[in-house]
Amino acid sequence: MGGSYGSTLRYKSVQRLKPIGKHTLLGAGGEISDFQEIVRYLDELILYDNMWDDGNSLGPKEVHNYLNRLMYNRRNKFNPLWNTLVLGGVKNGQKYLGTVNMIGVHYEENHVATGFGNHLARPIFRDEWHEDMTFEEGVKLLEKCMLVLLYRDRSAVNKLQIAKITEEGATISEPYAIKTHWELEAFKNPATGAVGSW
Amino acid sequence: MFRNQYDTDVTTWSPAGRLFQVEYAMEAVKQGSAAVGLRSKTHVVLVCVGKANSEFSSHQKKIFKVDDHIGVAIAGLTADGRVLSLHMRSECIHYKFLYDSPLPVGRLVVQLADKAQVCTQRSWTRPYGVGLLVAGLDETGPHLYQNCPSGNYFEYQAFAIGARSQAAKTYLERKFETFPECSRNELIRHGIISVKEALAEGKLNGSNCNVAVVGIGEAFNTLDSKTVQQIIDSLEDRADEPPVDVAPVEGEQGAVQDDTDQAAAPMET
Repeated sequence: MGGSYGSTLRYKSVQRLKPIGKHTLLGAGGEISDFQEIVRYLDELILYDNMWDDGNSLGPKEVHNYLNRLMYNRRNKFNPLWNTLVLGGVKNGQKYLGTVNMIGVHYEENHVATGFGNHLARPIFRDEWHEDMTFEEGVKLLEKCMLVLLYRDRSAVNKLQIAKITEEGATISEPYAIKTHWELEAFKNPATGAVGSW
Repeated sequence: MFRNQYDTDVTTWSPAGRLFQVEYAMEAVKQGSAAVGLRSKTHVVLVCVGKANSEFSSHQKKIFKVDDHIGVAIAGLTADGRVLSLHMRSECIHYKFLYDSPLPVGRLVVQLADKAQVCTQRSWTRPYGVGLLVAGLDETGPHLYQNCPSGNYFEYQAFAIGARSQAAKTYLERKFETFPECSRNELIRHGIISVKEALAEGKLNGSNCNVAVVGIGEAFNTLDSKTVQQIIDSLEDRADEPPVDVAPVEGEQGAVQDDTDQAAAPMET
């Protein structure tokens, strides 16, 4: 959660996860207004898709490709949508997870991240992710990574949401906090052993 | 009948509420040589008779591949058919570019029908003089559609258009209830037999008979003339009835019939 204002985390209740249609979930990092614009484009896309009313529907792969076209074309016009997008979904039993960013770089992977997550979380995923994780194991792994990010990012806030998508649809949890520990010895008496007049 | 008074252009209704130019366009479809389409639970087959202008010329190309999962057979003005196929190819590739996914057949058919409708409501363009049988496969299964110059489209289990198509339809009517469970090869045989019924003179052979298939695990492709000749020959060896040797009917009795199993829904007014 959280919307930044430059390097400050100014808005602490902005939801950066959105369900798209029946089969997809979209998450974003970067410029919130651009993300809102992207969601508007996708709402229109899904609307027209639903209007066909013919049993066909756009799945996560199709939405991902559409977003890639969108981001890449804006980049080519030197007017990018300043976001990194994370997109996942399930359709007809097929799981999908991918990412696309403001310059149009896109790929599918078992674990994706935006911003500092790429540096702090992905290495943990590489070690600890494996096929056939249960949902609970997945959440634990995610929380572990979010904890690292919380400790290390000076403008993070202890408030996160977990979203789950299955064949039946998407659910986004209510925001919650994770337990952090600040009772390190060095914090208790910071002045102990310090040389100086004060 | 005083048809002549109200048939000069598309934008004139007759007192009986008909657009004669559109109906005349549908007549053009009936003049073209026959095209037959039929579908099972897994495949769609198109079979056509390709006329040749003379002994020296090649046989007319009536089947066009539109994408890996869609193909069309045309009857009527071949030039119009070619142009529409080109348009369909363009639509398919555009969708592929945007969504990295094959265009659902039903949506392509509707886009085509809307394109045809435009020509029934402008005074400066004429309706397309070609009927199309669109065969395709998408997420919701195999489909066979017919597109008319009027802008109407229908989905079928099996259908025939063009000259003497009624003879082909009569054969299809007798057999269509078995089509959903047919194997790919049985389906092709049914198609060729029904197209034989629509042949006025001469014999069916590998050159004047075009056969194309699309199905689960099989991209749209036209069979080469040698293969077609072999199938035709094998048909001659037996009786008119299709052989009972192949693929036993799976134990799926009372399997759900498609809701589009009317074979002879008339599109002509």
